Formats: sequence, structure tokens, C-alpha cells
Amino acid sequence: MSMQTELHTGIETRLDGSALISAKNLKKTYRMGDVDVHALRGVSLDIRSGEFVAIMGASGSGKSTFMNILGCLDAPSSGEYFLDGISVAHMTKKEQARIRSRKIGFVFQGFNLLSRTSALENVELPLLYQGLASNRRRELALEALHAVGLDKRFDHKPNELSGGQQQRVAIARALATHPSMILADEPTGNLDSKTSIEIMAIFQKLNSKGITIILVTHENDIAQYGLRNVVFRDGRIIKDFMVETRLNPEEEMKRVLATSIVDNA
Amino acid sequence: MNYMNILKVAYNALKRNKMRSALTMLGIVIGVGSIIAMTGVGAGAQQEIDNQTAAFGTNMITIRPGGVTAGGIRIRSLTELSASDGDAILRDCDLVTAQTPVIRVVTSVTTSERNWGSQIYGVNTSFTTVRNWGLKYGSMFTDQDYRSGNKMCVLGSTVASNLFGPYDPTGEIVRIQNIPFRIAGVLESKGQLASGQDQDDMIIIPYTTFQKRIIGNQDIDYIYVSVRTSQDMAAAIQEIRQIIRTAHRIPDYGDDDFQIKTQDQVNEIAKSISKTVSLLMIIVASISLVVGGIGIMNIMLVSVTERTREIGIRMAIGATEQDILLQFLVEAIVLSLMGGLIGLTLGIITGQMVETFTSWSVSISASSIFISMGFAAAIGIFFGFYPARKAASLNPIEALRYE
Repeated sequence: MSMQTELHTGIETRLDGSALISAKNLKKTYRMGDVDVHALRGVSLDIRSGEFVAIMGASGSGKSTFMNILGCLDAPSSGEYFLDGISVAHMTKKEQARIRSRKIGFVFQGFNLLSRTSALENVELPLLYQGLASNRRRELALEALHAVGLDKRFDHKPNELSGGQQQRVAIARALATHPSMILADEPTGNLDSKTSIEIMAIFQKLNSKGITIILVTHENDIAQYGLRNVVFRDGRIIKDFMVETRLNPEEEMKRVLATSIVDNA
Repeated sequence: MNYMNILKVAYNALKRNKMRSALTMLGIVIGVGSIIAMTGVGAGAQQEIDNQTAAFGTNMITIRPGGVTAGGIRIRSLTELSASDGDAILRDCDLVTAQTPVIRVVTSVTTSERNWGSQIYGVNTSFTTVRNWGLKYGSMFTDQDYRSGNKMCVLGSTVASNLFGPYDPTGEIVRIQNIPFRIAGVLESKGQLASGQDQDDMIIIPYTTFQKRIIGNQDIDYIYVSVRTSQDMAAAIQEIRQIIRTAHRIPDYGDDDFQIKTQDQVNEIAKSISKTVSLLMIIVASISLVVGGIGIMNIMLVSVTERTREIGIRMAIGATEQDILLQFLVEAIVLSLMGGLIGLTLGIITGQMVETFTSWSVSISASSIFISMGFAAAIGIFFGFYPARKAASLNPIEALRYE
């Protein structure tokens, strides 16, 4: 699914789109010593192209396990998972790596950039594993950095960037390959509230261009920036609903600034 | 990912830890460097021995008195060679072109101002022919000198320079065991033997004079014989053996009371000794190469652990196990090859220095360069594989969580 797809008008249009993700009765059981831990106890979920889904739940609810399976980093114990119509649940590691390379962009809580490597090189990294030529890599990486508003700082190393800027580099890295979806795992977990709003504004902007975003968070207000919330508890989905009053980053920013002025006064 | 990119990634990773990479390489540097230097010195020694074979004398055979053996044990040397044996060989064997008896003693030589300990050789005028030796100054003593037992001598260049400095001493007098000898000439310099013995540290005098004035008997120590061509050597040895057996009246069932050796045989022994010594050194150097390889493995394992998170990131954004395996394997190979190249350079420099500061010659062959570099690469692959395998088999989820 490319960035150009026009899917930003409303939920109804989105629901007409094809099912990007289709998880059917996913179960995941870990063995810890003599005890079986049931991380997922049968999760079924469809996500259509162009959606902005926030997956919520307390720690131990199974949301991270679900996220890892969606990201092809882990395989379910049973159940089926179709990504773009392809069954990926029981692929070989090499095929999984290929799916990750072509269809998924990851954004992590801890940014996970390579230190001592410039922003541009970090963004080029997934393109390197796709085997693209260097001028093509540079072109796509600069385009992605432009999309997150960091094109002027492409030659900075992660330790020369603020947390928010680092996370934007990470988003650019996820974007660079034009993936089918971006999986963001607690992307604002390490950021202050003001920077969090900036990052969520970027996600909303990308989503409005048609990019599917799946975001894992345990913060209620962060989830309100999305269009749909899915809540996990004890390895099951307990709630799945459309967000009624979506948060607007601009207004939130004004509110936060106002509060900080009051605090300072 | 293409190979150029893999190389670039590996190079950048190594550059990031310059000191560590340099220290890791050190084992390989020392290993390859010493192998290059050792094989160079070894091959140089072999070559030197070959050159000396040619320089010592052309197609030369040495005949020595042999011991009489009893029960396989040499009890003593009863019979002696005599100058007439040499005359008989020259007369009866057509393959022989020249011969000289040799008598030797170590003694001191004096002039009015200086003295010098040296070896005195009693020989005939064919000595310069047999030993393929030219004269720097003056001339050889004459046939007349040795027939009459005249007190004439020819100095080796070392003796000449020690007693007379850089000047031509022809016509001067030296005293050997207090007997005055007139100097007929000075031999050209031949340099050292592989054993380190200085061939120029000697004086030759007529053997007749030697027998009469210095030892007072008719004994000689050995006979040098020059054979026409190298193809005739084997046949000449057979004929000489028969001639001496006849001259010494040895019955058909009796053992030879002399030994016949070619210079080649002598040099084979010298060569095999130098071969053994250099082989031993190469083995020691190879051990350091293996130790260097273990060093690489050790550091690569540390590096894999340190970069667990990086590996997780790379996997999450699309690196396959093979990409990760190659990345770390190439890093190990680059490490060992760079070490190999530095070692190669140092080995060549060491070889040059050995050649400059000692009398040894050093010959570094292309094959020793290729073999040691190949060995270095093989060590990189062998010792790099396990850490690379370990990196590639990491679970991306756990790797990403690694602190």
C-alpha cells in the first residue's frame, strides 16, 4: 500500500478498504519452567488498510505478544494470520525477515537507532537490506526524513538529536520502505507530553495520507489520537470501538502550553 | 545486501573500536609477520648454501681418511692418505682435471708489528683451480716452490687485511711458527660459509713445505679433486674409489679406509638442518597465528553480546539471519586480513632488516605471501564463524529487549 492511496476521508471509506490484517483465533503459549503461560488465548482481529488503531492494555495483557506476531517477529502457537492476503503465521525465519523488510515499519519506545550512525544512514538501513542502490536509498531516505520534518538534520548522529527528533528519525526509518503498515510500540513512552503530542501529530498526518498505523500504548489519552481502540486483558480482546472524540494535536498543544504557563506563574 | 555494503558495514564497525580492533589484529600481525620473516630467512639460507656449493669449488670431491671400524664402531683411523694417492687419481682417472692434497693446522701468524691466529693450509698449485679461487694481488706460488719446499705463502684476504691493512703485501715476510714465509699473493674474498666460518681467514703454503717445516711427517688431511663435468661425478667417484683401494692394497672383502664426499652431499646436510630449523620456527609462528585466531573469536563474541540490541534492530527492519551471519563473518575476515596485510608488511621489513644488519640473506617468495594470507583468511573464517552463527541465531524479540 503506497502513501498516495486516498483513504483519509472517514471511517466508512476505510471499512470499504481491503483487510490488511486478518488474525484468526491466535493463541500463544509460553513455557516457563513447569508452567504454561497463556499470553494469547484466542484473538481474532481484522484491520483494514488506512486504519489508525491503538492497541491498549495493562502489562501482561498480551498486547506486546500480539504486536510481535503482527510484526512477524514471533509466530503464534496456533491460529492464522494473514497480512495483505498472505498467510504469514507459520513462515520460515527468512520469509518472515522478507515480510518485515517489505511490508512492516517498526517504531519502538526506545527509538532503537544505531548510535554513531547519522540520521540519514539510519533511515537508509532497511533499504540496504532490500538491496537498493545507494542513490535510490538516499533519495527514499531523504523523502522519508522530509515527511517527518527532519530533512535539515540528516547528517546528525542520534546523540546530537533530542528524544523527539530521534523518534522522528525512527518514524522516517519505518516509512522509508513504503511499508503496508507502521507498527509503533509505545512510541511516546520515553517522551514528555509536549513531544508526545508532536509525535502523535506526525502519526495523524501520515495516517491522513493513507498509511495504516497500529500503535501499542497503555496511555488512554495517546490512544485518543487514533481512530479505533482495541483493549486487551488476560490474552483476550475485551473492547474494540471507534474513537468518538478524536484528540487534535494543535488544541492539545495549546492546552499543554497554557498549563505550563499557569504552572510557572 | 551486496558485498560492497557488507564490507562497508564491517569496516565501520571495526573503525568504531580502533584500539580494540588493533589489539585483536596483533596476534595475526605477529603470526603472519613471523611466518613471512621465517620462511624468508629459511629460503635465503637454502639459496646461500646453493650459492656456496658453486663458490666452494666446481664439481669438487673431497677424499678423507676413513676410520677402521670394529663391530660397527669406529675405533681409530689407522691408514692415512698420502700425496701420492692424489697423483694416482689424476694420472689414472680421465674424468679428473685437477687435484690437491690438503694439510691443515691452526696457528698464529706474525709480522714485525702484528699477529693473527689463522689456519694454515698446505696445498699444491692446483688449489686455486680446484677451489675455483682467483687472486686479488700477486700470484700463486709456483710448481717449483712446492717441489723444492720453498717458504712461500698466499694469504686469504682476511689475514692480509688484518696483518697489512688495505695495502698489497706481496713480497713481504710473515712468520708462521717463527718460520719466515715470503708472500707470493693474496686470494680474492669468498666470504662466509653457512656455518659462519670465514673462508678468507687462512693462509696457503706448499704442502711439501708444510710437511717438512711444520708437521715433520708425510701425512695429509684430505684430497680435493676436481671433476670435468657434474654429469661425471658418479662415475668419477667409482673410479677414484678403485684407484685408492688399489693404491692402499685393500683386498676385495675389505672396507674402504677412506671416505669420498661431494660438496653436494655436505650441503644436503647443511640444507636439511636449516630446513628443520626454519620448519620449527614456522610451526611456532603458526601457533601464534592460531592464538591470534582465538583472540579474534573472543573479541567477536564480546562484540556480538555488546551489539545484541543492534542485531535485534537490524533483524526487525528486515535483515535475514544470513545478512547478520555475513556481517559478523566479514568483520572477522576483514580483521584477520588486515592483520595479515600489516603482518606481511612487517615481515618483509623485518626480512630486509635481517639482511641489512646480519650476514644472512633473506628471500621472500610470492608463494609464502599467498600461503600466509590465505592462512590468515582461513583463520578469520574458522574463528569468525561461531560468533557470527551466534549473532544470526539470536531471537529478535529478546535481542530488542536486551539492555
